[in-house]
Amino acid sequence: MEFEPVIGLEIHAQLLTDTKIFCGCSAKFGAAPNTHTCPICLGMPGVLPVLNRKVVEYMIRMALATHCRINTECNFARKNYFYPDLPKGYQISQYAHPPAEHGWIELEINSGKKRIGITRIHMEEDAGKLMHDERNPVSLVDLNRTGVPLIEIVSEPDIRSAEEAAAYLRRLHETIVYVGICDGNMEEGSFRCDANVSLRPKGAEKFGTRTELKNMNSFRNVQRAVEYEIKRQQYVLESGGVVAQETRLWDDTAGVTQPMRGKEEAHDYRYFPDPDLVPVVIDEAWIDEIRGSLPELPLEKRERFMRDYLISSYDAGVLTVSRALADYYEEVVRLSDQPKIAANWVMGDVLRFLNEEKKDVRECPIAPASLAAMIRLIQGGTISGKMAKEVVEAMYKTGKPPEEIVKEQGLVQITDEVALARTLAEIIGKNPAQVEQYRAGKEKVFGFFVGQAMKATQGKANPQLINDLLKKMLAG
Amino acid sequence: MEKMRISKEEVAHVAHLARLEFGAEEVEKFTTQLNDILLYMDKLGEVDTVGVEPVTHAIARKNAFRDDKVGVSLPPEVSLANAPGGRGGCFLVPKVIE
Ligand SMILES: [Zn+2]
Repeated sequence: MEFEPVIGLEIHAQLLTDTKIFCGCSAKFGAAPNTHTCPICLGMPGVLPVLNRKVVEYMIRMALATHCRINTECNFARKNYFYPDLPKGYQISQYAHPPAEHGWIELEINSGKKRIGITRIHMEEDAGKLMHDERNPVSLVDLNRTGVPLIEIVSEPDIRSAEEAAAYLRRLHETIVYVGICDGNMEEGSFRCDANVSLRPKGAEKFGTRTELKNMNSFRNVQRAVEYEIKRQQYVLESGGVVAQETRLWDDTAGVTQPMRGKEEAHDYRYFPDPDLVPVVIDEAWIDEIRGSLPELPLEKRERFMRDYLISSYDAGVLTVSRALADYYEEVVRLSDQPKIAANWVMGDVLRFLNEEKKDVRECPIAPASLAAMIRLIQGGTISGKMAKEVVEAMYKTGKPPEEIVKEQGLVQITDEVALARTLAEIIGKNPAQVEQYRAGKEKVFGFFVGQAMKATQGKANPQLINDLLKKMLAG
Repeated sequence: MEKMRISKEEVAHVAHLARLEFGAEEVEKFTTQLNDILLYMDKLGEVDTVGVEPVTHAIARKNAFRDDKVGVSLPPEVSLANAPGGRGGCFLVPKVIE
């Protein structure tokens, strides 16, 4: 029997606020254990949480970027469970009345465009961090992360393959980083993904039993884990078994998913409205204000680049992969007025240098103005395209502007027609036999003269100028 | 006894969720008490609420926000002061298996 995978993703993204969601403790990553704690995030009795306005603003940003409907009123609920990383015995989350619903994002897949629905986005607090002692039967708890703001983004079960899951995740990651509300660091856990995977006979309406996959901290691992899980479930079903509804952890080293131990009981969170937090009302004026502050989104940018700069869809895709790279490229275009050539230099040499050193474009030693200046030097005939390759490398290494490098290395292309003509006349004078051959119709000899000219000028002459002059002079 | 709103099994289940341990006698006692409370709450059902929007809070206030400004956190030794155990600035708890 042929099976169809049904996949939905749940994403937790830490928001780039300065403080936690319900108290004034710093939300910064990497501080000494428990230095960012206070009675509120420690869950001391009698304290009152107060919502950070910026968390709501950031949630609205993502909701708008993913075409969600924003509900006028939402409220917070307590999700009750016991775990040492949760000092209150409940996580403050949102349940029955989420702030944003019914959104979508669009993917470009082999067969064309596909929309993946977004069920809901809501706000909640993160839990603390647990570390396990390898030798003793104890665990250590750091509550710095407790109360760091998160948004959870739940997709519809619209995803049909591991590749689509990875593509959805990439698009969502790109969007959340673009709108500037999350740093997107998967390794440090500021962007986390769980996947729900089930199989059903092709053509069936009813969903099969699903498993929930956790512990995948890269795009690649999400794809591998989903791929593995599809195959595993297929094997179970084909051999007459039943898929157990369970949480499974991805084991990166072994390349398999394993059932999670310890949480034998089905989740029973007993959600109820949190009496400590009043409802949140989001009016049109607030939404409009945030809409006005949203940057251009990746897909819009891509289309504009193709339209305004006449570059290919592939090039536009590469150049808009991050907001910083797109801004860099646009600055080079603005200063050089050469969108196509700028695209080639940014995507070719500049990105290659950066990738070799695993650097971000924000750390690029070549300022957009310098790259634009270099493009102008090529356009003006001061240096050749071949020289430019050397210049751009020196620019990257030294951070110096191109004019300085050209001067230092004596790279200036000879564009002085009179001087060049004198050199060419000398060459012609010294090689009467070749001149004879050329004039007799042996056009191949032309290459010989070009070679001699390049040699005489140490490669500094403008090749186009050599060609033009030589043709004229050899014609006799 | 009048109609039962909550069974002994439910009481035992909720006790487990709350990590509380009760003897059979206590389960019996709490079941009776909780039923009494819930039956009393049924009085609320006698109120005519047609056309009244449900609310989650007793006060009418909405949108209580704070600005995203870093305040003062506790020194870690104060945060850990009431903990039964600590090490390296962390709370020490019995081993948690994942
Ligand atoms: Zn705090």
